[in-house]
Amino acid sequence: MTTQINVTETLDTSGVLCPLPVYKAALVLKRMEPGQVLELTCTDPGSLEDIPAMARQRGDTLLETDDRGATQVFWIEKGTTL
Amino acid sequence: MTAQPVESIEPIAEAAPRRKRLALVASKGTLDQAYPPLILATTAASLGWEVGIYFTFYGLDILHKDRLEKLKMASLANPSGPIQVPNLLGALPGATTAATKVMKKWMREARMPDVPEFIEMAQGLEVTFFACATTMGVMGVEEGDLIKGCEIAGAAAFLDYAASADVQLFV
Repeated sequence: MTTQINVTETLDTSGVLCPLPVYKAALVLKRMEPGQVLELTCTDPGSLEDIPAMARQRGDTLLETDDRGATQVFWIEKGTTL
Repeated sequence: MTAQPVESIEPIAEAAPRRKRLALVASKGTLDQAYPPLILATTAASLGWEVGIYFTFYGLDILHKDRLEKLKMASLANPSGPIQVPNLLGALPGATTAATKVMKKWMREARMPDVPEFIEMAQGLEVTFFACATTMGVMGVEEGDLIKGCEIAGAAAFLDYAASADVQLFV
Protein backbone atom coordinates (compact mmCIF):
# COMPACT_ATOMS: atom_id res chain seq x y z
CA MET A 1 0.00 0.00 0.00
CA THR A 2 1.27 3.41 -0.89
CA THR A 3 -0.83 5.39 1.59
CA GLN A 4 -1.86 4.61 5.12
CA ILE A 5 -5.44 3.35 5.30
CA ASN A 6 -7.21 3.19 8.63
CA VAL A 7 -9.04 -0.11 8.59
CA THR A 8 -12.23 -0.30 10.67
CA GLU A 9 -13.35 -3.86 9.91
CA THR A 10 -11.69 -6.89 8.35
CA LEU A 11 -13.41 -9.81 6.62
CA ASP A 12 -11.78 -12.93 5.24
CA THR A 13 -13.89 -14.80 2.67
CA SER A 14 -11.17 -17.28 1.71
CA GLY A 15 -12.55 -20.52 0.35
CA VAL A 16 -16.03 -19.36 -0.58
CA LEU A 17 -17.42 -18.50 -3.98
CA CYS A 18 -19.87 -15.99 -5.45
CA PRO A 19 -22.27 -14.81 -4.10
CA LEU A 20 -20.79 -15.26 -0.62
CA PRO A 21 -17.91 -12.71 -0.71
CA VAL A 22 -20.30 -9.95 -1.85
CA TYR A 23 -23.10 -11.15 0.44
CA LYS A 24 -20.84 -11.28 3.51
CA ALA A 25 -19.11 -8.00 2.69
CA ALA A 26 -22.47 -6.24 2.31
CA LEU A 27 -23.56 -7.52 5.74
CA VAL A 28 -20.44 -6.05 7.34
CA LEU A 29 -20.68 -2.78 5.38
CA LYS A 30 -24.28 -2.44 6.52
CA ARG A 31 -23.25 -2.04 10.15
CA MET A 32 -20.39 0.37 9.33
CA GLU A 33 -20.51 4.16 9.13
CA PRO A 34 -19.84 6.15 5.94
CA GLY A 35 -16.12 6.84 5.59
CA GLN A 36 -15.08 3.71 7.50
CA VAL A 37 -12.93 1.16 5.69
CA LEU A 38 -13.43 -2.57 5.24
CA GLU A 39 -10.41 -4.75 4.48
CA LEU A 40 -11.79 -7.67 2.48
CA THR A 41 -9.83 -10.80 1.61
CA CYS A 42 -11.07 -13.06 -1.20
CA THR A 43 -9.94 -16.17 -3.02
CA ASP A 44 -12.93 -16.42 -5.40
CA PRO A 45 -11.44 -15.98 -8.89
CA GLY A 46 -14.39 -13.71 -9.77
CA SER A 47 -13.58 -11.25 -7.01
CA LEU A 48 -11.24 -9.08 -9.06
CA GLU A 49 -14.27 -8.13 -11.16
CA ASP A 50 -16.99 -8.59 -8.54
CA ILE A 51 -15.64 -6.43 -5.73
CA PRO A 52 -15.09 -3.29 -7.89
CA ALA A 53 -18.60 -3.87 -9.31
CA MET A 54 -20.01 -4.18 -5.80
CA ALA A 55 -18.36 -0.91 -4.76
CA ARG A 56 -19.72 0.87 -7.85
CA GLN A 57 -23.25 -0.43 -7.37
CA ARG A 58 -23.39 0.24 -3.64
CA GLY A 59 -21.81 3.67 -3.90
CA ASP A 60 -18.72 2.72 -1.88
CA THR A 61 -15.15 3.62 -2.88
CA LEU A 62 -12.60 0.94 -3.67
CA LEU A 63 -9.47 2.60 -2.26
CA GLU A 64 -6.95 -0.07 -3.11
CA THR A 65 -6.61 -3.60 -4.47
CA ASP A 66 -3.75 -5.97 -3.75
CA ASP A 67 -3.76 -8.91 -6.13
CA ARG A 68 -1.56 -11.55 -4.53
CA GLY A 69 -2.40 -14.25 -7.06
CA ALA A 70 -4.55 -16.83 -5.29
CA THR A 71 -5.67 -14.20 -2.79
CA GLN A 72 -6.91 -10.67 -3.34
CA VAL A 73 -7.23 -7.99 -0.70
CA PHE A 74 -9.54 -5.00 -1.17
CA TRP A 75 -9.89 -1.84 0.89
CA ILE A 76 -13.41 -0.45 0.58
CA GLU A 77 -14.54 2.87 2.03
CA LYS A 78 -18.22 2.86 2.82
CA GLY A 79 -20.18 5.50 0.91
CA THR A 80 -23.20 7.49 1.98
CA THR A 81 -25.88 5.91 -0.25
CA LEU A 82 -26.59 2.67 1.62
CA MET B 1 -39.49 40.38 -26.55
CA THR B 2 -36.24 38.50 -26.46
CA ALA B 3 -35.91 34.77 -26.48
CA GLN B 4 -35.20 33.21 -23.14
CA PRO B 5 -31.60 31.99 -23.09
CA VAL B 6 -31.41 28.27 -22.54
CA GLU B 7 -28.96 28.74 -19.64
CA SER B 8 -31.57 30.49 -17.54
CA ILE B 9 -33.88 27.50 -17.38
CA GLU B 10 -34.16 26.35 -13.77
CA PRO B 11 -32.17 23.17 -13.26
CA ILE B 12 -34.39 20.26 -12.30
CA ALA B 13 -33.93 19.51 -8.62
CA GLU B 14 -31.81 16.43 -8.19
CA ALA B 15 -34.08 13.55 -7.34
CA ALA B 16 -33.21 11.30 -4.43
CA PRO B 17 -31.25 8.33 -5.79
CA ARG B 18 -33.70 5.60 -6.68
CA ARG B 19 -32.77 2.04 -5.76
CA LYS B 20 -32.19 -0.21 -8.71
CA ARG B 21 -34.64 -3.05 -9.09
CA LEU B 22 -34.20 -6.65 -10.28
CA ALA B 23 -37.23 -8.68 -11.37
CA LEU B 24 -36.61 -12.40 -11.81
CA VAL B 25 -38.81 -15.23 -13.00
CA ALA B 26 -37.96 -18.66 -11.53
CA SER B 27 -39.81 -21.19 -13.66
CA LYS B 28 -37.89 -24.40 -12.98
CA GLY B 29 -38.02 -26.69 -9.99
CA THR B 30 -34.90 -28.77 -10.42
CA LEU B 31 -32.05 -28.49 -7.94
CA ASP B 32 -29.59 -27.07 -10.46
CA GLN B 33 -32.05 -24.50 -11.75
CA ALA B 34 -33.03 -23.31 -8.28
CA TYR B 35 -29.60 -21.81 -7.70
CA PRO B 36 -29.26 -19.16 -10.45
CA PRO B 37 -32.27 -17.03 -9.41
CA LEU B 38 -31.32 -17.34 -5.72
CA ILE B 39 -27.69 -16.40 -6.38
CA LEU B 40 -28.67 -13.42 -8.53
CA ALA B 41 -31.29 -12.29 -6.03
CA THR B 42 -28.99 -12.41 -2.99
CA THR B 43 -26.23 -10.68 -4.94
CA ALA B 44 -28.46 -7.87 -6.21
CA ALA B 45 -29.95 -7.34 -2.75
CA SER B 46 -26.40 -7.20 -1.34
CA LEU B 47 -25.66 -4.42 -3.85
CA GLY B 48 -28.55 -2.48 -2.36
CA TRP B 49 -31.03 -3.31 -5.12
CA GLU B 50 -34.69 -4.02 -4.58
CA VAL B 51 -35.35 -7.60 -5.70
CA GLY B 52 -38.45 -9.62 -6.51
CA ILE B 53 -38.65 -13.21 -7.76
CA TYR B 54 -41.78 -14.53 -9.43
CA PHE B 55 -41.95 -18.29 -8.80
CA THR B 56 -44.08 -19.87 -11.46
CA PHE B 57 -44.89 -23.38 -12.68
CA TYR B 58 -42.29 -25.86 -11.38
CA GLY B 59 -40.33 -22.94 -9.93
CA LEU B 60 -43.04 -22.72 -7.28
CA ASP B 61 -41.54 -25.87 -5.69
CA ILE B 62 -38.71 -23.64 -4.44
CA LEU B 63 -41.26 -21.96 -2.14
CA HIS B 64 -43.05 -25.19 -1.23
CA LYS B 65 -42.40 -26.13 2.41
CA ASP B 66 -42.35 -29.89 1.77
CA ARG B 67 -40.62 -29.80 -1.61
CA LEU B 68 -37.91 -27.17 -1.37
CA GLU B 69 -35.54 -29.47 0.50
CA LYS B 70 -36.21 -32.33 -1.88
CA LEU B 71 -35.47 -30.64 -5.22
CA LYS B 72 -33.80 -33.06 -7.58
CA MET B 73 -31.85 -32.96 -10.76
CA ALA B 74 -31.90 -35.55 -13.51
CA SER B 75 -29.06 -36.68 -15.70
CA LEU B 76 -31.73 -37.56 -18.25
CA ALA B 77 -31.75 -34.97 -21.06
CA ASN B 78 -29.07 -33.02 -19.19
CA PRO B 79 -25.76 -33.53 -20.98
CA SER B 80 -24.02 -31.13 -18.56
CA GLY B 81 -25.19 -32.92 -15.43
CA PRO B 82 -22.87 -34.33 -12.80
CA ILE B 83 -23.26 -37.90 -14.03
CA GLN B 84 -22.37 -38.31 -17.68
CA VAL B 85 -24.43 -41.30 -18.80
CA PRO B 86 -26.43 -41.97 -21.95
CA ASN B 87 -30.08 -40.91 -21.68
CA LEU B 88 -31.15 -44.54 -21.79
CA LEU B 89 -29.26 -45.20 -18.52
CA GLY B 90 -30.31 -41.87 -17.08
CA ALA B 91 -33.88 -43.14 -17.30
CA LEU B 92 -33.14 -46.07 -15.01
CA PRO B 93 -34.52 -46.02 -11.46
CA GLY B 94 -32.09 -44.36 -9.09
CA ALA B 95 -30.28 -42.32 -11.74
CA THR B 96 -31.95 -39.05 -10.71
CA THR B 97 -31.26 -39.73 -7.04
CA ALA B 98 -27.62 -40.41 -7.86
CA ALA B 99 -27.25 -37.23 -9.94
CA THR B 100 -28.90 -35.23 -7.16
CA LYS B 101 -26.52 -36.66 -4.58
CA VAL B 102 -23.49 -35.75 -6.68
CA MET B 103 -24.75 -32.22 -7.26
CA LYS B 104 -25.37 -31.74 -3.53
CA LYS B 105 -21.89 -33.06 -2.76
CA TRP B 106 -20.35 -30.65 -5.28
CA MET B 107 -22.15 -27.72 -3.72
CA ARG B 108 -21.26 -28.77 -0.17
CA GLU B 109 -17.60 -29.23 -1.05
CA ALA B 110 -17.55 -25.77 -2.66
CA ARG B 111 -19.04 -24.46 0.61
CA MET B 112 -22.09 -23.14 -1.23
CA PRO B 113 -25.25 -22.61 0.81
CA ASP B 114 -28.05 -25.10 0.08
CA VAL B 115 -31.46 -24.02 -1.21
CA PRO B 116 -33.09 -23.51 2.24
CA GLU B 117 -30.08 -21.43 3.31
CA PHE B 118 -30.29 -19.29 0.17
CA ILE B 119 -33.98 -18.72 0.82
CA GLU B 120 -33.19 -17.59 4.36
CA MET B 121 -30.42 -15.29 3.05
CA ALA B 122 -32.79 -13.79 0.47
CA GLN B 123 -35.52 -13.23 3.03
CA GLY B 124 -33.01 -11.61 5.37
CA LEU B 125 -32.22 -9.17 2.55
CA GLU B 126 -35.93 -8.47 2.07
CA VAL B 127 -36.19 -10.08 -1.36
CA THR B 128 -39.87 -10.27 -2.34
CA PHE B 129 -41.11 -13.76 -3.18
CA PHE B 130 -44.10 -13.72 -5.54
CA ALA B 131 -45.98 -17.02 -5.73
CA CYS B 132 -47.78 -17.46 -9.05
CA ALA B 133 -51.50 -17.68 -8.32
CA THR B 134 -52.24 -19.62 -11.52
CA THR B 135 -49.63 -22.27 -10.69
CA MET B 136 -51.17 -22.63 -7.24
CA GLY B 137 -54.57 -23.19 -8.84
CA VAL B 138 -53.32 -25.58 -11.51
CA MET B 139 -51.15 -27.64 -9.17
CA GLY B 140 -53.43 -27.53 -6.14
CA VAL B 141 -50.98 -25.62 -3.95
CA GLU B 142 -52.48 -23.81 -0.95
CA GLU B 143 -51.05 -20.72 0.71
CA GLY B 144 -50.29 -22.86 3.79
CA ASP B 145 -48.10 -25.13 1.64
CA LEU B 146 -45.70 -22.27 0.98
CA ILE B 147 -42.99 -20.85 3.22
CA LYS B 148 -43.97 -17.76 5.20
CA GLY B 149 -43.76 -14.32 3.65
CA CYS B 150 -44.77 -15.08 0.04
CA GLU B 151 -46.93 -12.67 -1.91
CA ILE B 152 -49.52 -14.45 -4.00
CA ALA B 153 -49.73 -12.64 -7.34
CA GLY B 154 -50.78 -13.05 -10.92
CA ALA B 155 -48.93 -12.10 -14.08
CA ALA B 156 -50.30 -8.54 -14.14
CA ALA B 157 -49.06 -7.79 -10.62
CA PHE B 158 -45.61 -9.16 -11.43
CA LEU B 159 -45.43 -7.25 -14.71
CA ASP B 160 -46.40 -4.10 -12.84
CA TYR B 161 -43.42 -4.75 -10.54
CA ALA B 162 -41.13 -5.71 -13.43
CA ALA B 163 -42.07 -2.65 -15.49
CA SER B 164 -40.16 -0.49 -13.01
CA ALA B 165 -37.19 -2.86 -12.87
CA ASP B 166 -33.77 -2.06 -14.31
CA VAL B 167 -32.99 -5.73 -14.95
CA GLN B 168 -35.51 -8.44 -15.77
CA LEU B 169 -34.43 -12.05 -16.18
CA PHE B 170 -36.21 -15.31 -16.85
CA VAL B 171 -34.71 -18.49 -15.43
